[in-house]
Amino acid sequence: MTQKLVVIGAGMASGRVLEHLFEANAGYDVTLFNAEARGNYNRIMLSPVLSGEKTYDEIVTHDADWYEANGVTCRFGEHVTAIDREAKTVTGQNGTVAYDKLLIATGSAPFIIPVQGKDLPGVITYRDLDDTNAMIDAAAKGGKAVVIGGGLLGLEAAAGLAERGMEVTVLHLMGHLMERQLDESAGFLLRRDLQNKGVRIICQASTVAILGETHVEGVMLEDNTGLEADLVVMAVGIRPETRLATDAGLEVARGIEVNAQMQTSDLDIYAVGECVEFDGHLFGLVAPLYDQAKVVADSLVDEPNAFVVKELATKLKVTGCDLFSAGDFADGDGREDIVFRDPARGVYRRLVIDDDVLIGAVMYGDTADSNWFFGLIKDKTDISDMRDTLIFGPAYQGGTPLDPLAAVAALPRDAEICGCNGICKRQIEDAIAAGATDLGAVRATTKASGSCGTCTGLVEQVLAVTLGDDFVMPAAQSICACTDMTHEDVRRMIKSRALKSMPAVWQECGWKTSCGCHVCRPALNFYLLADWPLDYADDPQSRFINERKHANIQKDGTFSVVPRMWGGITTPDELRAIADAADKYAVPTVKVTGGQRIDLLGVQSEDLPHIWADLNAAGMVSGHAYSKGLRTVKTCVGTDHCRFGTQDSTGLGIKLEKTLWGSWTPHKLKLAVSGCPRNCAEATCKDIGVVCVDSGYQVSIGGAAGMDVKETELLVQVATEDEVIAVIKAVTQLYRENAKYLDRIYKWMAKVGLEWIKEQIDNPQTRQALVDRFELSQSIYRKDPWAEHAADKSESYQPLANLALEAAE
Amino acid sequence: MTNWIDIAALDDIPQRGARVVKTSDGCVAVFRTADDEVFALNNACPHKAGPLAEGIVHGKSVTCPLHNWVISLETGQAQGEDDGQVTTYPARIENRRILLDRSFLRAQAAA
Repeated sequence: MTQKLVVIGAGMASGRVLEHLFEANAGYDVTLFNAEARGNYNRIMLSPVLSGEKTYDEIVTHDADWYEANGVTCRFGEHVTAIDREAKTVTGQNGTVAYDKLLIATGSAPFIIPVQGKDLPGVITYRDLDDTNAMIDAAAKGGKAVVIGGGLLGLEAAAGLAERGMEVTVLHLMGHLMERQLDESAGFLLRRDLQNKGVRIICQASTVAILGETHVEGVMLEDNTGLEADLVVMAVGIRPETRLATDAGLEVARGIEVNAQMQTSDLDIYAVGECVEFDGHLFGLVAPLYDQAKVVADSLVDEPNAFVVKELATKLKVTGCDLFSAGDFADGDGREDIVFRDPARGVYRRLVIDDDVLIGAVMYGDTADSNWFFGLIKDKTDISDMRDTLIFGPAYQGGTPLDPLAAVAALPRDAEICGCNGICKRQIEDAIAAGATDLGAVRATTKASGSCGTCTGLVEQVLAVTLGDDFVMPAAQSICACTDMTHEDVRRMIKSRALKSMPAVWQECGWKTSCGCHVCRPALNFYLLADWPLDYADDPQSRFINERKHANIQKDGTFSVVPRMWGGITTPDELRAIADAADKYAVPTVKVTGGQRIDLLGVQSEDLPHIWADLNAAGMVSGHAYSKGLRTVKTCVGTDHCRFGTQDSTGLGIKLEKTLWGSWTPHKLKLAVSGCPRNCAEATCKDIGVVCVDSGYQVSIGGAAGMDVKETELLVQVATEDEVIAVIKAVTQLYRENAKYLDRIYKWMAKVGLEWIKEQIDNPQTRQALVDRFELSQSIYRKDPWAEHAADKSESYQPLANLALEAAE
Repeated sequence: MTNWIDIAALDDIPQRGARVVKTSDGCVAVFRTADDEVFALNNACPHKAGPLAEGIVHGKSVTCPLHNWVISLETGQAQGEDDGQVTTYPARIENRRILLDRSFLRAQAAA
């Protein structure tokens, strides 16, 4: 006979119970109550709904068709008022239904701090779709929002509201954000990233009252600080929703007490999810909830199964910031810390070691290796052999090839890949063997990466390892055939392991050739001199001929020579010297370039040092028309002559060129300064462009007029020339430190995002640090290579020997 | 019959570098590898006659500066997809001096 199962609450846990039950063809007749007027959806994804990245329809996990197909009687939007255990019935607002088995999945309720004004309109919690919609509606009106609580939910709410244009302040009672998941340093980075997104954060803030007459108007803190607010979001915590269970006389501590089969003190009544307490534990993350759901489903069909509490890792994405924590990361006697910081990238890693065993880990900014660290914690692996390189993750251990895929290949079959759904590598491999050959198919058949999505990359790597060449990894390519590492990998290695010579890179990154090739060597030479200006000596033999001989090679093996004309300004004396040089060295072609200077084309290699010496004597230096570096700063005449000019664009262009010249960059770098928005210097199709306006200077970046044509995008508007120069130095240094070799700014910008670049430049400390590092590098490279080569290296431009002369004798 | 002539000191060419020797029939590029081996090849890529002496030297190969053809220094053969051959000449090192075979250079020139 069909048994009747009544489920109270349609959350993520109960949804999963029903899936398992129907998969097992358990033959239950199910009635599903939900106080919300809708069925099961993915609550983890409410944040993307709030921020506008997703819609409700995209996060629905079970739709009306699914309920109908499985014969579920849906009673959505109906509160359950009572459970009668004697009669075995559940009573809702619209009537009573009998059960054989009952499942309580009432989840949790937001904790409301008991202060005056907590019931005012405009004070909301953040728990379900209705709350989310209320926030979206409030944000549409603009104004100020105060979020009380700096935990995950509060921060997601804050970021979402900021994204929707509200002025947001987060109040957090503790000393740093997310103190249960993060240590102080990681909390600081998170705070900084959020502040850069425009969210104001006040820690150690204790709310004493919410103010307002008919609607919320403000929040009062203990220290009498008053904050204006049109919306207050209370996100200070949750507590298990146990009211029905308590009323029914079930045993309830903090949550509804259950045994390992998820049965309450009444064995026909089960409970699952955030409302339960098991062995003193409460549950908030989705992974244990799914474990519980499986146990409930098994118990309902008399399959033996028992719930156990597992070591838990938290891997979260808070508003685009990756963070991870696991185990115990408190300081303590006998505990050692290994810390790695990369301030420029905002990366922080801390490992806590006790007696040669990793017991805790906190990662911020780059959580790629978190599964591996979590495995070490769970398995209590002795790490003494790899202690020195442990912090760099699995790719850097011993003989393991430096290939992220190899690290995934080395994972055991039972290694957990998807923490949310408890999916192991084995299940993914089995799904692939059964025909799931892309991410979508693996997700559909195993649910791996289907909940929070942070393991997507890992799932792709399992696909790549399992399918080999049949799987096209949608990821970056290796630099060249000499290595399997990408440009990004190698740059990270150069920085993190302080590799300061080319042989060190080849050795540590496992180059497959003895000394690289024409593709990787110029890239490595640039990365090394950009990251270690004082330690690394530029290697001319790793440079393309143009940069080795400081002139542009032409199709017939001759060269072109372009002296610098600062800001496009020249003099009669300079022009005479150029004309004399053109005559003296029989230059066949003299051309005006697009960068406002003069190109002497067709110079023989052996004449180069001599023509340079002549041009040097007239006060001219290399124009670097051949370099992946600063080329020209094109200008218009600005206020000097133009009746429309708003600023001294020529003067600023000259200043910029004099400060930037000689610097090496990932690709060529062209600038222009226009004196007014008529933009005669065409600044808006340059890598970096400045357009002068009455109130100051608009600095924009990412233009191009080559194979791609791009208009620049505004980076910042500033009031003074000094600020323009600082901003441009900083953004140039940021580009030098982070971009892939041969990416122009617009390509780099497409990868890292203009927003990220803005954040770095807008932060005064970061900007100044970038300027300082740029100046440090320029102390080496801001010099004329022509003068140097004409004086010291002239001989190397001559033939090694001339046997033709001998033959003629 | 060989007729070795002393061209220059080994250190006149940087490691992973090249210089040219002018002959009555055009230029010969002399390469020095990272392992201090020397090779002499016609200084003209089989593709568009690019000056190989200006290329980047890696292993026992050079990449032409004009269109990135990779030429084996040992055989003069273009590598990979490309097809072509550069004339090679005997070259050796003695007491850190670079020696080329004059008779061979002349024979090539006469041929």
